[in-house]
Amino acid sequence: MSIYLNKDSKIIVQGITGGMGAKHTALMLDSGAQIVGGVNARKAGTTVSHKDQDGKDVELPVFGSVKDAMAETGADVSVLFVPPAFTKDAAIEAIDAEMPLIVVITEGVPVQDSAEVWSYLQGKKTRMIGPNCPGIITPGESLAGITPHTITGKGPIGLVSKSGTLTYQMMYELKDLGFSTAIGIGGDPVIGTTHIDALEAFENDPETKAIVMIGEIGGDAEERAAAYIKEHVTKPVVGYVAGFTAPEGKTMGHAGAIVSGSSGTAQAKKEALEAVGVKVGKTPSETAALMREILAG
Amino acid sequence: MEYQAKQLFAKHDVPVTEGIVADTPEEAKAAAEKLGVVVVKAQVKAGGRGKAGGVKLAKTPDEAFEHASNILGMQIKGLTVNRVLIAPAASIEEEYYFSFLLDRSNRQYLCIASVEGGVEIEEVAKTNPDAVKQIGIDPGTGVDEAKAREIVAEAKFPEALTEQAVQTVLSLWKVFVEEDATLVEVNPLARLAGDKLEALDGKVSLDDNASEFRHPDHEAFEDKAAADPLEAKAKEKGLNYVKLDGQVGIIGNGAGLVMSTLDVVAYAGEAHGGVKPANFLDIGGGANAQVMADGLDVILGDEQVKSVFVNVFGGITACDEVAKGIVGALNILGDEASKPLVVRLDGNNVDLGRQILDEANHPLVTMVDTMDGAADKAAELANA
Repeated sequence: MSIYLNKDSKIIVQGITGGMGAKHTALMLDSGAQIVGGVNARKAGTTVSHKDQDGKDVELPVFGSVKDAMAETGADVSVLFVPPAFTKDAAIEAIDAEMPLIVVITEGVPVQDSAEVWSYLQGKKTRMIGPNCPGIITPGESLAGITPHTITGKGPIGLVSKSGTLTYQMMYELKDLGFSTAIGIGGDPVIGTTHIDALEAFENDPETKAIVMIGEIGGDAEERAAAYIKEHVTKPVVGYVAGFTAPEGKTMGHAGAIVSGSSGTAQAKKEALEAVGVKVGKTPSETAALMREILAG
Repeated sequence: MEYQAKQLFAKHDVPVTEGIVADTPEEAKAAAEKLGVVVVKAQVKAGGRGKAGGVKLAKTPDEAFEHASNILGMQIKGLTVNRVLIAPAASIEEEYYFSFLLDRSNRQYLCIASVEGGVEIEEVAKTNPDAVKQIGIDPGTGVDEAKAREIVAEAKFPEALTEQAVQTVLSLWKVFVEEDATLVEVNPLARLAGDKLEALDGKVSLDDNASEFRHPDHEAFEDKAAADPLEAKAKEKGLNYVKLDGQVGIIGNGAGLVMSTLDVVAYAGEAHGGVKPANFLDIGGGANAQVMADGLDVILGDEQVKSVFVNVFGGITACDEVAKGIVGALNILGDEASKPLVVRLDGNNVDLGRQILDEANHPLVTMVDTMDGAADKAAELANA
């Protein structure tokens, strides 16, 4: 088991012919993920050449639309490497095609576009991860995103993080133990899948024995996750928050303070997590040590 | 800044008096000669300007000159005032508060409106929360006339102002969506003599992601004069850099990892004379030689920097590219690169990356395998 993504997941890439799309299609194939094709309306009917995990040549079909790609391949995951100006339309196309999972890697999406996509998604059949995220990896089974698949293998830890490179760092610190699924949800103000969604999924995943949750300054997602953990999570959770020494970010004027009711500082997040029994590390390595203690239990 | 917010208000037909911007007391005086009784207002990106003495009423052009002389050059919350706005004095009968903003917790937009008090809205929110109306807005449907009427009714704007308020709400909504704002705030929205509604002061926060390709004109709003010279230089080169007050220069990839690196360096510094991180610099995905050289160039331009810590975990970035970037950057910089570099690489193509640095064998470069170990080494070198 795992969350959201497994060895049977059939993945297409929106933007498969672009530089980033091509590069990471190759890396995803190398991880053993089932990449079954891609989408680019202007290059429909062509193929792109790649190699699979065993070094054998594969020709991936390029479709004119997500709908066509799903009909032809049975794809149930789409990874988006589309430039920010076109991300909203690409996401809406995938939602209209009822793609079960979309993973939006693109960085720099205007927040109003993300908010519109989120609104559009309500009541639809799609789960969105991202934008501005590294995606999701179920080590040894599948990869939908840009996380290096060589860091570590399968194991008992579930990981959810706002930050891409901190995800990799934490997987590296705990590489001897391994992960059930590691999901980077992205650090943008509006994202599809939240810490809470991932915590819920890990709680229900029998393979996951303990959870690492990584946050960073800004917003109140960690505080909300803490409240959720208190009520709903029985598995041990270890936390890390980046940005204790970071300069104060832009404030949102009077209105922001009124709405969030939280200062958004790393200290405030750490305290909120500790108050519900989550052990919080000061550094990635200390956080990893806390996880080791729990699993050695 | 206020005058810029007012420009955007005027562009979208929000009732506003733009006033005249002045950079010198002479200009302030000339503006007052045109406008009559005026208010001289410091233009900085900070709240609390009035309390800091940055907003003064001037009954004559000479008074405007005098106030502008005092206000220009003043520090407000660490920011130097380089510009004042000369606004005609208004006869205010009532003050209201109004804003549209991104509500990230609920992934929607929010309208906040209150007819009780403008400037002291935070106080009102605490003591009389019922007077501060919060109305959620679905980003899919936005604000049409019916929604604007709902907002105006909910906020209980006086009946005499209803139609003006509806039009103002619609205009402010245009500012919010057409300019890709994350905050549009009017405070105060004032009822002037003769039942005229007007935005007397305002603040607009714009989304950089959208400005990048949808609003090239937004570049004019950047406050280049107030920016730190190193930050300005970094911005010019497209680098995400924030100057801090320490000795260990930091280069990393990904905002989370860089923030974490700052923390780890600060902790390591406790054992090395209290050295601290000198900056935040996220080189993002494409760390080629030029990006690395630009980054190092900016960091080495900071005289406080004694050592540099390059902390890269290769996800999108491949470590061999980063290693080539470091070697290439040191070649580009030549003798300009004079501080020791501690490098820690992991992730995609890490072996190749380490091999490239090994072979280059540059005298300034030390490779350390772990993040904690590298932070400790960088702190030690900064304290040498």
